[in-house]
Amino acid sequence: MMDELPLTAAGVAKTFGGGFDYGRLLPWGRNGRAAEGPRRVVDDVSFEIRRREIFGVIGANGSGKSTLIRIISTLLLPDAGEVRIFGLDVVRDTMRVRALINRVSADPSFFRNMNALENLLFFGKVYGLSGRDVRERSPRILARLGLDWEQALEPMSHLSRGQQQKVAVARALLTSPVLMLLDEPTTGLDPRSKRDVQSFVREVREEHDATILLTTHDMEEAELLCDRIAFLSGGRIVAEGTPVELRRMVAAGRPLDEITMETVFMELTGRSVEEDEEPQEVLAHG
Amino acid sequence: MVSMAEHTPAPGRAGGGRLAWAFVERQTNLWKRYWAWELVWLMYGVVNTLAITFIAKQVGNEGAASSINVSKLILFLLIGTLVWAYLSAVLDDISLVVTWERWEGTIEHTLMAPVPRALHLIGMSVFGVLHAVVRTLLIFAIAIPFFSIDFGGANWLTAAVVLAVGSLSIAGLAILAGVLPLLYPERGAQMSFMVQALVLLVSGVYYQVSVLPGWLQVFSYVSPATYILDGIRGGIIDGKSVTDTWRTLAALGVFGTVLIPLGIVTFMAAEQWAKRTGKLKRQG
Repeated sequence: MMDELPLTAAGVAKTFGGGFDYGRLLPWGRNGRAAEGPRRVVDDVSFEIRRREIFGVIGANGSGKSTLIRIISTLLLPDAGEVRIFGLDVVRDTMRVRALINRVSADPSFFRNMNALENLLFFGKVYGLSGRDVRERSPRILARLGLDWEQALEPMSHLSRGQQQKVAVARALLTSPVLMLLDEPTTGLDPRSKRDVQSFVREVREEHDATILLTTHDMEEAELLCDRIAFLSGGRIVAEGTPVELRRMVAAGRPLDEITMETVFMELTGRSVEEDEEPQEVLAHG
Repeated sequence: MVSMAEHTPAPGRAGGGRLAWAFVERQTNLWKRYWAWELVWLMYGVVNTLAITFIAKQVGNEGAASSINVSKLILFLLIGTLVWAYLSAVLDDISLVVTWERWEGTIEHTLMAPVPRALHLIGMSVFGVLHAVVRTLLIFAIAIPFFSIDFGGANWLTAAVVLAVGSLSIAGLAILAGVLPLLYPERGAQMSFMVQALVLLVSGVYYQVSVLPGWLQVFSYVSPATYILDGIRGGIIDGKSVTDTWRTLAALGVFGTVLIPLGIVTFMAAEQWAKRTGKLKRQG
């Protein structure tokens, strides 16, 4: 297992909606509302992540980033293709995969009225850690993220968004994942919290044997953190490479240092990364 | 962090009991944080118990029954309301397993943890039973001084054994009801309450099952709550021993043996369906 790549995705596809419309059977029909048609959210996505690499997936809201992360996290089943984590199939070897990964999402997702320590104790214990393990590891990780221990004893609802996100990062690290899935971990954070989280991500890669998949629509963050980047648009990977390789794809004789990653994204995908690809009501899946 | 070479998936090292107990601890922490809600439900339980049991007193005051029968009626209704307080607390705690996580926004992080779903549901069921025991004992302690009841002939052991065995079947039923919020994120929680309402109607909580129309009585045979109430009333009102209630215990044993595995398997199938359709994430 140790010789396998941390992550390989081959031909992954996911479509939502388009099933049988039970509303049609109602005597009063659908009251003029159209049934939701099928939407291909992830379309034939293939990529590989090497050991100790930070791999970025960049795309606008609704481009399929979160759906891809959910498939890798074993929370969604792909319609086609396969994802392997250290050679284990995310569909067939679900429990073994779950023990190897952890995830930080844009929404910190905690029990709001429990304090940070109680949350960490619960999430640590369901990954098999003892209460003592959690109590020993948590202060160290939280301190490195710039969070006082006193704050860990406050209900989560009393913490700022940035502090909550730091606890979310601590929760993911607590369980020693060999593959970390960071789904827009700095979205909505203040500049200082954003810097803290970004430098910690770099530190995790430098000092520990971790591989990181980062999704973001922040070009600066992607360039700062990622070894390689894939651009996702309309559920498809339209380009993949190191930041320099991506610049070369669109350079056409221009000096590379004059080309921003934003420009590269626009020229390769035909849209701005700030431009939503789906209306808000369907972004829950995207 | 540890190196990958050193990394051994931690859940493999932890016993199943420890993983299940993590859910009991979490729910206990939530219960402490939401103590005001607990107080509201306790008050509601007490008021409900008193309001219904006082009906028996009125029957006595109007001379519609002899004093012996009134005492029996008081006990009948008191047991009905207390057992229902217990059963509905168990049903609530377990059947809202998904709804609660959706409400807190933690569903994805909890469900992606490497815990077998059976252990997750067993942990939630253990908490549900312990929580319901504490709440029901408090309601009992508060309500009992309002009535002069002679418990001299009661067989408490029978009542405790029936409740313990019956709790397994109620946990299984609650897990089955908990599937509904997985299948229907917007209306599933209300559907779970409907299951509770049906159990209340057909199980003889406030009246003998024999007063129901024949076609409704059929449903009382498939409700484990009917047997729990019969067994506990038999023990407390008629002083029946554990051996006297073996038929009831056997029926409850069968219900538990069927409903718990059925509930877990159905929940896991529904989770797969939710993962296929993307309903896991969708908020209610």
